[in-house]
Amino acid sequence: MKSDITYPLNIGPIHPAFKEPIKFTFRIEGEKVVGTDIDFGYTHRAIERIAQERNYIQIIYLLERVCGICSFSHPMAYCLAIEDVAGIEVPPRARYIRTIIGELERLHSHLLWTGVAAHEIGFDTLFMYTWNIREKVLDCLEELTGNRINYAMLTIGGVRRDITADNAQTIHQVLEYYEELYNRTSEILLDDLTLRARTEGVGILTVEQAERLCAVGPTARGSGLMKDVRVDYPVNAYYEIPWLRPVSPRDIGKEPIGDVYDRMAVRVLEIQQAIKIIQFCMDNLPEGDINTGSGAVKMINALKKVEGEGVGRYEAPRGEVCHYVILDNQEHPVQIKVKAPTYSNGFTWAPMLTNIEIADIPIVVASIDPCVACADRMAYVLKDGSSGTISWEELRAKSIQKYKGVRKRWMMR
Amino acid sequence: MDDAIGVAIAIIVAGVFAGLLLKGIDRKLAAFMQSRIGPPIAQPIYDILKLMQKQTIIPATSVRWLFTGAPLVALTSSIVLLLYISLSYVCYIIGLQSPVQGDLIVIIYLILIPSIASISGAFASGSPYASIGAQREMVILMSTELPIAVVVLSIAWHVADSMYNPFALQSLFEYTLWHQAGAFGILGGILLFLAMILVLPAEMSKVPFDQAEAETEIAEGVMVEYSGKLLAFLLLTDAFKALSLSALIVILFFPYTFTDLFGLTFSIGGYSITPLVEIIFFSGKVVIIYSIGVTVIRVIMARLKISQVAKVFLFAVSAISIIGMVLIMLDPKMKMI
Repeated sequence: MKSDITYPLNIGPIHPAFKEPIKFTFRIEGEKVVGTDIDFGYTHRAIERIAQERNYIQIIYLLERVCGICSFSHPMAYCLAIEDVAGIEVPPRARYIRTIIGELERLHSHLLWTGVAAHEIGFDTLFMYTWNIREKVLDCLEELTGNRINYAMLTIGGVRRDITADNAQTIHQVLEYYEELYNRTSEILLDDLTLRARTEGVGILTVEQAERLCAVGPTARGSGLMKDVRVDYPVNAYYEIPWLRPVSPRDIGKEPIGDVYDRMAVRVLEIQQAIKIIQFCMDNLPEGDINTGSGAVKMINALKKVEGEGVGRYEAPRGEVCHYVILDNQEHPVQIKVKAPTYSNGFTWAPMLTNIEIADIPIVVASIDPCVACADRMAYVLKDGSSGTISWEELRAKSIQKYKGVRKRWMMR
Repeated sequence: MDDAIGVAIAIIVAGVFAGLLLKGIDRKLAAFMQSRIGPPIAQPIYDILKLMQKQTIIPATSVRWLFTGAPLVALTSSIVLLLYISLSYVCYIIGLQSPVQGDLIVIIYLILIPSIASISGAFASGSPYASIGAQREMVILMSTELPIAVVVLSIAWHVADSMYNPFALQSLFEYTLWHQAGAFGILGGILLFLAMILVLPAEMSKVPFDQAEAETEIAEGVMVEYSGKLLAFLLLTDAFKALSLSALIVILFFPYTFTDLFGLTFSIGGYSITPLVEIIFFSGKVVIIYSIGVTVIRVIMARLKISQVAKVFLFAVSAISIIGMVLIMLDPKMKMI
């Protein structure tokens, strides 16, 4: 049946399907989506601006709060950027501990996503089940770092807490627990009939589109793009893992077509991969220092003598997170730029959301595991408090104006 | 006759609490299956009490008389539905002469009215989410019609062989579906039961057929604009409907009383308490039917898409019920009077 009548449907900024404020305006024809408009900017907190007034150590704890779930990945990328510009050598044991914490975070983030996705399609039992088994890894992280979510584990040049023999015992227990549960969980996630009916052939992102829109993380890998910062630009202990390679739905014998099911399969396989990586790191954990030994004040003073720019790239659970810093002989970086995975993946919503049913909107939106707070780096507010639209040229001119001082120093060289 | 009016009033009053408790049991059981603690069993009652004290907001874009009238129509028709289904049966099990026989055709139509009322209310609210929910509710309504009609007709067809009135609910207590059933008849009866069990979550708007209220898609859909007393009426409608539909399935398929099955009667100090035991036995059957048809199914499945729902009912469930009907017709023993 063909009809020319379309109507608008607003989903968001506040809607039960989304955990964070984001606004979608759809053009609907019957039950089919024919047009999509996405509006960011409801959770802008000016983190980059605040960071310009804090010292190098304080920024680590500020950046942990960019995102509630990637609370390891963001400071990790920042620390890598600072270590890059200042040429700080990280002791081997610290690199392994960083890898372990990072993979534990990936484990809990993917379990969280699975629960959210199950809730979006009304499968609340799976939601309760995955969030229940996720408690184990959160308890483990609490024992290792002192906190369930904002670990405060990182510092420039290493980590703040060591993994003791007792902790190692806990990690082994947790790994055994998840290895036992893995088969059962993956069977539910990958073989359940209603789950397959809702995810297969839905929200397709072809490999060409993924490449063109610069998709990152599980979203790219679900489309069959073999792209993983851990493999392509390894940091920490990743380059010492010989068998590490990007996962893909091909690992379970399925040619990826880039639908929601493939992205789910990638995340399920990454749970297994994370378990194996932690196992590897625990088996090969070197002895030695866990940081450079210089305290916070000493580190800040050392960094005050540094000038230059640095980039840190790290594979967060949602994809590549990239931090760019400029140091200029000051107590704080003169500029810091956060590029979160959702910033790249957000664009892939446009092809995914075209020609799907209304019922598919929540699961397709959730399928890239969006972190809106991560991606909200700008809000445009007029003097009277209302929001407006800014053109690309205007935005570019304003950005050049704002960073004139910084530009002068760094572009002239 | 006077006794029957007393029973009717008792059914309405008890129906409020029984229906809400049924929903409470459903929530507690679902929580148990999902390894949660869950709310207290009386939580739906507390919800209604609280909603009755809350402000009722009527959206400015709504058609006021239809928006406020629809929940009242829904509530009234669901009460009539409950009475129509359970009055004759309750009179039967406690040993009274019932004033109504319970007409199956009327029941089919009465099942529709609360849904139609909530659809009208949703369209009248002026909310796009509610309109989408109402459209979906209509699709579900239309696709579940055929299975319900087939089930009821095959049971009436079976009764028509006897000396009883084929479309009266009362005939089913005396001449049950399983009466004189051969292998075909039993198989057919099981298929019809399966079809009704699948229709139950669709009529109750529960996962996997809760598209009309899908929380994560359209934010409670048909109910999105309702608040306060009007929402309480809709929740009460839901409770009455849960009770009546489960009771209908019990009556269609398992009308046996405790005394029929075990041949026991109970009395304390000369007074017979058999009616009380029968009521408890009946309630137990209703809870079991609701738990199988709604709680278990909603715990083990994800929500389907509306296009998938139409396919499930128009092809799978209709096929199940028609095969059941054919099997019952083929049963040689059932043809004999």
